[in-house]
Amino acid sequence: MSESYIQIRGVSKVFPDARHGDVVALKDIDLDIRRGEFVCLLGPSGCGKSTLLNAIAGFSLPTAGTITVDGRLVRAPGPERGMVFQEYAVFPWMTVAKNIAFGLEIQNTPKAAVRERVDALLAKLQLTEFRDRYPKDLSGGMRQRVAIARVLALDPPVMLMDEPFGALDALTRRTLQDELLRIWGELRKTVIFVTHSIEESVYLADRTVVMTYRPGTIKRDIPISLARGRDPNSHAFNDVKKEFAQLVMEEQQRHQQDEIRAAIAD
Amino acid sequence: MNGRLRGFRFLQGAIVPLAVLVLWHGLAVSGMVSPLILPSPWAVLRKWIEYISPHAPFDPAQMSYAAWLISGELPHDAYASLHRVLSGFFIGAVLALPLGLLMGASDTVYKLFNPLIQVLRPIPPIAFIPLAILWFGLGNPPAVFLITIGAFFPILMNTIAGVRHVDAIYIRAAQNLGAGRWTLFRHVMLPAASPYILAGARIGIGTAFIVVIVAEMIAVNSGLGYRILEAREFFWSDKIIAGMISIGLLGLAIDTGMNRLNNYLLKWHRGIGN
Repeated sequence: MSESYIQIRGVSKVFPDARHGDVVALKDIDLDIRRGEFVCLLGPSGCGKSTLLNAIAGFSLPTAGTITVDGRLVRAPGPERGMVFQEYAVFPWMTVAKNIAFGLEIQNTPKAAVRERVDALLAKLQLTEFRDRYPKDLSGGMRQRVAIARVLALDPPVMLMDEPFGALDALTRRTLQDELLRIWGELRKTVIFVTHSIEESVYLADRTVVMTYRPGTIKRDIPISLARGRDPNSHAFNDVKKEFAQLVMEEQQRHQQDEIRAAIAD
Repeated sequence: MNGRLRGFRFLQGAIVPLAVLVLWHGLAVSGMVSPLILPSPWAVLRKWIEYISPHAPFDPAQMSYAAWLISGELPHDAYASLHRVLSGFFIGAVLALPLGLLMGASDTVYKLFNPLIQVLRPIPPIAFIPLAILWFGLGNPPAVFLITIGAFFPILMNTIAGVRHVDAIYIRAAQNLGAGRWTLFRHVMLPAASPYILAGARIGIGTAFIVVIVAEMIAVNSGLGYRILEAREFFWSDKIIAGMISIGLLGLAIDTGMNRLNNYLLKWHRGIGN
């Protein structure tokens, strides 16, 4: 498969736990992602979607199997795989502009080039008025814009997004989703986007990978053929949503039963 | 806040201090206690003004007007005390900060140093006085040594806690953006820990101020602590109280200054309210 840009082969991740027995978070995951593709990892909490993302990012390597990006084995975190986190991970002690410049400055990029790049990103993400503000003065949506800009500053070919809009209200969420699609359309990044929102995955992805609850495996890998500029109120959109909902709810049921079992066992 | 409300708040805050002053005055003029034991507030105020004022009339041939203004006994004592506090605090901070950062960041360093620190930390700095005099004799060195100890532990403990409480998400984000060890330390861990470190510095300088007064009562013959002990030997109770009030005002000034500095350095921080 020469098309495959990110290759995940036989990836498993076991978290040792002496008291309750080891947790198999991921089991034998095989996944290929093409360059420029927008892929969603979808599933209930505990299905290992964030674990898989962290493995691709290089934060927490798999216990078995390999992950390669553009032919290179993932061994550690790196700026070519930019991560946007669920929690607000922008540095609160730096201004918006400083946050965006951080990755460039540690590469010793010349000052003028940093400034030019930061200005362009501030404009792209509509943050220009906030350039000298600290994150504490920003809304959740604005902070995630900064987080996206900070990652884009290094122009990574791959963007990893871990439920980045999960904490936002519905309207802000939609605005940022549209913004992300615009940026993705413009820059053609490969995006791996973790979410537990069925609608979000149908709205954003070229392809959605539905994962099973413990052990985390791939339940279904479904391309979404809806044309871009998707209308969440259309029949076609809702048909896809229903199909996904059924798959995800089966796993959610297993998650719930497991929680009840654990509560009884305690 | 509008002017009337502010005036009201001020009056509200003044009620209890005024009541205490009235009670004190009443007690002093009632004749129930000797003025040697409890002088009246007026006597204390007169003494305080005398204490703060220059000894000699202004003579341009001798010194500048500004120098003359601070040529009184109180400015000299306050300067001596403040100088010791800042020297001891500075040495304490310079020692505690790197050790705290290392202990917070490295488990090995923590395990090496923690047992010793846990044993030394509960010893009040005052308990080091005999040893300080034995080692350093009398004068400034033992005083500064004691103040250093007083400032060292709060800064150390808070620095360790600060580094240990750095949210892992910031470290991950920085690593993801390509930060190496030094960048991580300098641009992520240090600023993220700074609210704790500065809180430790504020406690440390408060402790240093307590210790300086005690140290001055024992090892030196200048400063505010020395002055009130000297006043006791002459039964100058008005001067004792005037000295104590000066100590309180200087302590308040130090804490206010430290608080202002913290607020300025932590202007990015959410929790700032005052």
